[in-house]
Amino acid sequence: MFVEGVRAYGLIAGMWVRSGMTYRASFAFTVVGNLLVTGLDFVGILLMFSQVDSLGGWSLPEIALLYGLSATSFGIADLVLGSLDVLGGRMRDGSFDVLLVRPAPVLAQVGADRFALRRLGRVTQGVVVLGWALAAVDVDWSAVKVLLVPVVVVSGAAIFSAVFVAGAAFQVFAQDAAEVQNAFTYGGNTLLQYPPSVFGKDLVRGVTFMLPLAFVNWVPAAYVLERPYPIGLPGWAAFASPLVAVGCCALAGLAWRTGLRSYRSTGS
Amino acid sequence: MGSARLYLAVAVGGFRRYASYRVATAAGVFTNTVFGLILVYTYLALWEERPGLGGYDQAQAVTYVWLGQCLYATLAIQGGGAEKDLMERIGTGGIAVDLYRPVDLQLWWLAGDVGRAGFQLLGRGVVPFVFGSLLFPMALPAEAAAWAAFAVTLLLAAVVSFGIRYLAALSVFWLMDGRGIGQVLMITGVFFSGMVLPLNAFPDGLGDVVRVLPWAAQLQVPADVLMGEADVWGAFAFQAAWAVALLAAGRLLQSAATRRVVVQGG
Repeated sequence: MFVEGVRAYGLIAGMWVRSGMTYRASFAFTVVGNLLVTGLDFVGILLMFSQVDSLGGWSLPEIALLYGLSATSFGIADLVLGSLDVLGGRMRDGSFDVLLVRPAPVLAQVGADRFALRRLGRVTQGVVVLGWALAAVDVDWSAVKVLLVPVVVVSGAAIFSAVFVAGAAFQVFAQDAAEVQNAFTYGGNTLLQYPPSVFGKDLVRGVTFMLPLAFVNWVPAAYVLERPYPIGLPGWAAFASPLVAVGCCALAGLAWRTGLRSYRSTGS
Repeated sequence: MGSARLYLAVAVGGFRRYASYRVATAAGVFTNTVFGLILVYTYLALWEERPGLGGYDQAQAVTYVWLGQCLYATLAIQGGGAEKDLMERIGTGGIAVDLYRPVDLQLWWLAGDVGRAGFQLLGRGVVPFVFGSLLFPMALPAEAAAWAAFAVTLLLAAVVSFGIRYLAALSVFWLMDGRGIGQVLMITGVFFSGMVLPLNAFPDGLGDVVRVLPWAAQLQVPADVLMGEADVWGAFAFQAAWAVALLAAGRLLQSAATRRVVVQGG
């Protein structure tokens, strides 16, 4: 099932890549555009730091580390599953039914639908900022800390992917409300770019325990930078990101199956 | 007068078209509110560190955040208004039919877009703004004259916003695909309108440049008029000048493009 899904995903994605290449000038625009538009958030942070030396007690390299971790993870999830937000539209116009009768996993089909290579722009700027941050932060690097970085990036991508899939399941029930999931995907990514000390404790609690986005970067980064986390957490929490990711993916998969089962076709 | 009624009807149609998606509107309200909350906390941290940044106090910075969320969809700051439909008409060749109609193409789309903006202000923009004003101290004027001036700046901002997006849409006559230019619209709109940071809080030099670009007419000018930080007549003149310049440029590009569409044939 999984292998079959990945294969179907690859075939469909490849088709969309070829299709996107048809209008070369427009494709070039979109790649550069995607890099710039997703990099704007960091430009905003740089603009802020042209006026101040720290934000919420965190320095620019430290915030860049948060930004790099979150943007890279989110970029990977967005590249792989970002197309899921057109699902509501497909259900509305009835074209979703076509996917249901094809002999390939539905999630792979909708995930690869309109696969856009331009989204590499987001990953790229995330990696660039992350690279700079790793070089610039004042950290006493240990083997554990070095290993933690790639693990956190992959776990973060999985956590954001779970949010995308859960959002897709949500769209089955509230087709027109697709935009709500933007609050959690794009909104979550924006939130994580700033240090937790900036936000109210209740918000931090919610993002740690209810919708555990904090494990994308806040919690592990606080460990790497040896900064106190605004709410008390046990020491092992810094290494819990993969576990949280597995849990999120399991829940999202469950939500997706429930959503798929309760899908009713359009029509009057 | 007959044609004025026609364009009024188109505007009403634009309003009603967007008003029919109630769940989508509610979803948009929710999203704008969440983003507003995130931004408010970061701005409060920034103004905590640098009180008086850009001439704003904390209450003004908070007001600016919620006004930005209010106008985000209203002025289609990252795109997504009339220009999206127009791009599709050009891409599919449907524009050829539009050009046969005995109406002015630019005014037709302007009217529809102003109608859309009207709905998105009332249906989508007002709620996050009121929500923000209930939760955080904001700097709002008490006298009616300030609100009236603010309303005028909003209308002018809608025309400037349309002028920019109309030019972008016409470029599809040459590019054949609107996705790239749509991205450019998004970047320039978000950055130069001051969605990332108020334009008056930009560092010197860059700030001087961005404050005279047309995007400044979208969020910064209405915000400053609302909070009494700008000379009202100067603000009107700035916005009106850009509105006229952009609409005129749109006319020029349109006449160049329509000569070409005959060759392309859709």
